[in-house]
Amino acid sequence: MSAADPARAVGPVGTSTERIWRRFSSAQRLARFTVYLVIVAAIVVSIQTVEVIPEFLADAPEQVADLLARMWPIDFAHYPGTVHAALTETIHIATLGTLLSLMLAVPVGILAAHNLVPVTPLNLAAKLILVSSRSVNSLVWALLFVGIFGPGALAGTLAIAFRSIGFVGKLLGEALEEAQAGPIEALTAAGAPWASRMTFGYWPQVKPAFWSIALFRWDINVRESAVLGLVGAGGIGMALDSALNLFQWPRVAVILLAIFAVVILAEVAVTQVRRRVI
Amino acid sequence: MTDPTATVAALPADPFRRSLWPRLAAVALAVYVVYACAQLEVSWERVQTGLDNAAKFFSRLFPPNFHRRDLLVKGLSESLEIAVLASTLGILLALPIGLCAARNLMPLWVTWPARLVIVLSRSFHPVIVAILFVKAVGFGALAGALALTVASIGFIGKLFTEAIEEISLKQVEAIRATGAPFASVLAFGVLPQVFSRFIGFATYQLDSNLRNSTMVGIVGAGGIGGTLFAAFQRFDYDFVCAILISIITLIMIGEVLATAVRAIFIENATLPDLLRPGAAMRRVRHAEDD
Repeated sequence: MSAADPARAVGPVGTSTERIWRRFSSAQRLARFTVYLVIVAAIVVSIQTVEVIPEFLADAPEQVADLLARMWPIDFAHYPGTVHAALTETIHIATLGTLLSLMLAVPVGILAAHNLVPVTPLNLAAKLILVSSRSVNSLVWALLFVGIFGPGALAGTLAIAFRSIGFVGKLLGEALEEAQAGPIEALTAAGAPWASRMTFGYWPQVKPAFWSIALFRWDINVRESAVLGLVGAGGIGMALDSALNLFQWPRVAVILLAIFAVVILAEVAVTQVRRRVI
Repeated sequence: MTDPTATVAALPADPFRRSLWPRLAAVALAVYVVYACAQLEVSWERVQTGLDNAAKFFSRLFPPNFHRRDLLVKGLSESLEIAVLASTLGILLALPIGLCAARNLMPLWVTWPARLVIVLSRSFHPVIVAILFVKAVGFGALAGALALTVASIGFIGKLFTEAIEEISLKQVEAIRATGAPFASVLAFGVLPQVFSRFIGFATYQLDSNLRNSTMVGIVGAGGIGGTLFAAFQRFDYDFVCAILISIITLIMIGEVLATAVRAIFIENATLPDLLRPGAAMRRVRHAEDD
């Protein structure tokens, strides 16, 4: 919270004995007020226009009770067969997708770093790739790849990879731009070629950032790959989708529990690896 | 260390010599990739037939078909409504929960349940939560809004807790020393310290809710996602393309607005400042991550 510029504080200066101190200038207050106004207007309009069916809402407690009653004795007999296979497939999708995205994101991240590639059009092109990868949801990427490669884990892996390029590339590009110039200048002065400058100048500096970005993204991807199956892109989402369509609620419960366990384990694993290695 | 040659001799011959572990890890990784590809039945032929399909697929995506504008506008506005409602409700609920979870202000028996709520809301993808809410409150925007509310509680709650745990306790102590009640300690000692970070993640959450509100429709929870998925299943690829273009435009507009809000509240920008290229806008952009 930066304090307001005192020079901008509004108040009668000089003549009057009383001086009114204000934290923000009237233009700043106008800007803030506009934001508040827009927020309130958006909320009011949304509440008025959103379609809520009162019968469904009145029905909700009953439906929740029904849901829990159908799910409750969780039947782990469903796990060994299809659920386990689908769960391992999900983890494979997340891991392979992350690896592929690392391979694809490194060149784009390098192109986006202005100190490495001092060509502004190339930087902008790389940033465009990163932004478009990030602004398309992984489910949309999955839809596109299901359209191209047909349903299955391949589409899921590619969806995870393409969604992750933007994230990994952006953070990697920023890490590269923050690298200290000293070692690189020393290498350049010694006549080191580009490859040596990369491996001995930049890589040691961005290595911790790179591995922590990779781990962080893997953690996110484990969560995301669990839903890709809803659009046919493989993994546990497909098992979830078929169980839902057949109203097999006990099986849904087992699947949700499996997803929960994997997500928690992935988070614990990432925290442990980060603490020990990085 | 008086003799300079002694230090030189003590250095290893190759300062960049690699240890054995990274190599072993690389080999293990390569073995894993081969194994996982075999498990997933990913093969080069599949990729190649896919690439042949891709040309066909993209030729059907273009040109985008904007004829069914009503459907498009209805879906998009419903997504917007879901995002606004979910962010409002989520932020309102997340603030007390996040406060309760802060270890430096609250006793252990309060932080534990609050942390549990946050972990539970974070562990499932919003689309999965949406499935459960569709069952509970029926198809439609309400289910989507509630699902994204849960997601917002998880995200904002976690970050708000972390922000509060990082504050300087000197100011809190100073206000306590005046005999102020707990509410005043919060209002004058805690909230001013976390306000700018709060603006940062509130705008980020609105952005993220907007992205997800275009997706929850896939499981019937309202918004443009349902239209998108239906068009996809009917092979109306040109309409799919139109929907995707609209979604991306909406998200980009949302991002620009979020940046403007951050500039106003964090950088104290005025409305004319926002229109000036450069300065405030660019400085805040660094604050966002994925």
